[in-house]
Amino acid sequence: MIQIKDLYKKFGRNQVLSGVDLTVQKSGIIAVLGPNGSGKTTLIKCILGMVIPNKGTLIVMDEPVKNNWRYRKQINYLPQIANFPGNLKVKELFTMIKDLRQQPDQQDDLVSLFGLKPFLNKKLSTLSGGTKQKVNIVLTFMFNSPLLILDEPTTGLDPASLIQLKKLIQVEKAKGNTILITSHIMQFVEEVADEIIYLLEGNIYFKGSVAALKSKTGEKDFEHAIAAITTNASNV
Amino acid sequence: MHQMFKILKYSFYDLIRSRWSYVYFLFYLLLGFVLLFLNNDVSKAVITLMNIIIVLVPLIGTIFGIMYYYNSREFTELLLGQPIRRSHIFLGQYLGVAGSLTLSLVLGLGIPFLLYGLFKSNAIWDFGLLLVTGAFLTLIFTALSFNIALSHENKIKGFGYAVLLWLFMAVIYDGLFLMSLIIFEEYPLDNFSLIATMLNPIDLSRTLILLKLDISALLGYTGAVFKSFFGTQWGFLISIIMLCLWTGLPIWRLVYKAKRKDF
Amino acid sequence: MRPFHILLFILFTSTILYAKNIEVCSTCSAKTIKEAVANASAYDTLLIKKGVYKEFNIVIDKPLVIIGKDYPLIDGEDKGEIIRIVSDGVTIDGLYIINVGTSYTSDYAAIRVVKSENYVIQNMVLEKLFFGIYLERSNNGKVYNNKILGDAVNEYNSGNGIQLWYSHNVEVDRNIVQGVRDGIYLEFSDHITINNNKSINNLRYGLHFMFSNDDVYTNNIFENNGAGVAVMFSKRIKMVGNTFKKNWGTAAFGLLLKEITDAEISGNTFEENTIGINIEGSNRIEYRNNNFIKNGWAVKVLGACYTNTFIGNNFLYNSFDISYYSKLNDNLFEENYWSNYTGYDLDKNGIGDVPYRPVKLFSYIVNRTPETIILLRSLFMDIIDFSEKVSPVFTPDNLLDARPLMKKIQ
Repeated sequence: MIQIKDLYKKFGRNQVLSGVDLTVQKSGIIAVLGPNGSGKTTLIKCILGMVIPNKGTLIVMDEPVKNNWRYRKQINYLPQIANFPGNLKVKELFTMIKDLRQQPDQQDDLVSLFGLKPFLNKKLSTLSGGTKQKVNIVLTFMFNSPLLILDEPTTGLDPASLIQLKKLIQVEKAKGNTILITSHIMQFVEEVADEIIYLLEGNIYFKGSVAALKSKTGEKDFEHAIAAITTNASNV
Repeated sequence: MHQMFKILKYSFYDLIRSRWSYVYFLFYLLLGFVLLFLNNDVSKAVITLMNIIIVLVPLIGTIFGIMYYYNSREFTELLLGQPIRRSHIFLGQYLGVAGSLTLSLVLGLGIPFLLYGLFKSNAIWDFGLLLVTGAFLTLIFTALSFNIALSHENKIKGFGYAVLLWLFMAVIYDGLFLMSLIIFEEYPLDNFSLIATMLNPIDLSRTLILLKLDISALLGYTGAVFKSFFGTQWGFLISIIMLCLWTGLPIWRLVYKAKRKDF
Repeated sequence: MRPFHILLFILFTSTILYAKNIEVCSTCSAKTIKEAVANASAYDTLLIKKGVYKEFNIVIDKPLVIIGKDYPLIDGEDKGEIIRIVSDGVTIDGLYIINVGTSYTSDYAAIRVVKSENYVIQNMVLEKLFFGIYLERSNNGKVYNNKILGDAVNEYNSGNGIQLWYSHNVEVDRNIVQGVRDGIYLEFSDHITINNNKSINNLRYGLHFMFSNDDVYTNNIFENNGAGVAVMFSKRIKMVGNTFKKNWGTAAFGLLLKEITDAEISGNTFEENTIGINIEGSNRIEYRNNNFIKNGWAVKVLGACYTNTFIGNNFLYNSFDISYYSKLNDNLFEENYWSNYTGYDLDKNGIGDVPYRPVKLFSYIVNRTPETIILLRSLFMDIIDFSEKVSPVFTPDNLLDARPLMKKIQ
């Protein structure tokens, strides 16, 4: 599904990714974690073709990423900041993305699920941050794709919506799709993730299940285990 | 290709509904009416319009272009995650901005002139030429501002450079041009001045309009190169070709840069 | 006195009584014009019928009326002059003359009048000519309604359409002259009236005065000549209601004034000329109610011009209204309409409250470095012109229209 080999990326003098090798074969929920500036978002954006690597090869859905755009038909992406063209109405935004993708969608179910009906005819610039994030989520889950990439999906969500989001993620997993998530909410990660990829200083420092992580660090609590990884790493 | 037109369509709709497009459109509408119906003098209106088009259109194109690019960054990121060719995203957005600006210009000025009964007047060619150059300048300066925005993540910097670019092209360039003409007046300057004109799209457009408005004065000059340039269809033809180049090159660079940029 | 009167009466009636018509045609008794002239007596009328007459050097030495019926063609076959009038009281009417000889030593003309008076030359059509109608020391004549269509290419081997040399009191009216060197040329000719003519596409000037005084020209059209009208070294010329159009090119102007005084220029239209009026060393000239439209330079003043007045003229959309070379000004500009004027009229008296300065700094720059013309109408130049307007440094301080009109004079 995703094969990354020897991936390097530098922003100015700042080496963000230095030789990442990663293969994701099976379906399930994979959390990409790491301290600030460890290259999570850069890695995701490399997969999406938004960041162009200095070196290395990326193959996603059996297609090389370089100068390619068709493979993105099989990816749903939820960006970190939910900001849309302000003059468009919510409805128009949905129509537009549908128009661009030309794939079967489940817009109506999702709209009612997140209670967005009253907002359909509102302009995007008038929405609150949370509502925008809901719109963002609807856009992402609207199409059925084998790969979903969610960058901080929980930002700004109320508890009820958070529950709906978790349900949606589980539904996707049940369909046999792969879901790539970054998040700062460790509780959320622990709850949903089948596998953890821990990035540190531009490299994969740990890859495995939550249980494996706990046993490796000897911590019972997930949050502490993560913290331990970081301190261990600095001790090494 | 038709995905690009979809993006163009949405950017266009987005802009068409923004307040600024209306302000721009209404400004031209008002200007057209004031010039024609208060003054009642088409020739004078064309001259005033020329001054405005040469100065204001590039400025508006630059500022609108740079503002739109920075304001729609998130939208761009949203699109980048979709299965769309990069060049189509940027070309679509660019054409959306440039297109809506051009439409504001053409409709804003065109409506009052139509109502005035322009088609009965022989100023129609001068006026048509004004609109064509205005459209070209919009396309060129919007493309240039997109280029600047693509190369500068910092909004303030990008905005500063864009305004500077306009100031340079609209005023400073001609100052330097004039100074070099006076300093080197002993030498034959025909070719130099024509080339210098070609290298600035504002001067180029101005020359194109001069060919219509001031041909009597231009033909007073002795140089043979000038004479064949202004006295025949060559001047017009070359100017139009250069304007097309001026439009094409920044668009090409826009696509080139966009393909290699990280978001 | 009485016997003289009677004598005159007898003479006069006898000429009428004995005047006869002579027809000329291929089947008539007179087959050539020369033959008919030789056989005619004074005051006869020659009727020349339609046909081709290959003749040149026809000398008319007695008062005759020569009338062409349906434009008979006289083909000079490039051999020289066609008709020479050496007698008073000759009328020539309705001939079609072609192929006048070209020479570098003598000025062959289609019709030459030499030291004769009271002639009438009318309704002629002249083509493929060197000189058209050449009046030499011949006063009191009329040149009406002729069409002179040359095909001149170079100035050095072409002649003038209508030339007056030491000829006074001549009327030149309703002629069309095109494709020659000078459309109408006057040298040492006074009291001439030139009205309603059209002089177009000529190599040099549409109308050219040299050392000629007290002449009047009105309602003529001068279009697309090397230059419209040149008035040089002449006095008291009246120029009224003429149109000077599309005289384009280097040193091309609607009207050139050089060393002339006390002229009146009024009600003329100068449209789309490189220079509307080019003035050099000309004094006491009154410019009134003229229209200057879309010229490169409406008026170009090249030094030593004193006490000229410009009152009530329209200056419309010229690239430059007035251009000066000197820093001194002794000419008056008042109550003109300037389309470039941007002032206001708060007291609503129709006169702008701030003066208009018709000379731009840019025109000085262009005079100095002609290539800078390419910066015409650029924002940079506008800024410079504006600062000069606010505080004049290079332009004469008193060169202004203190009472510019707010509305165009109709």
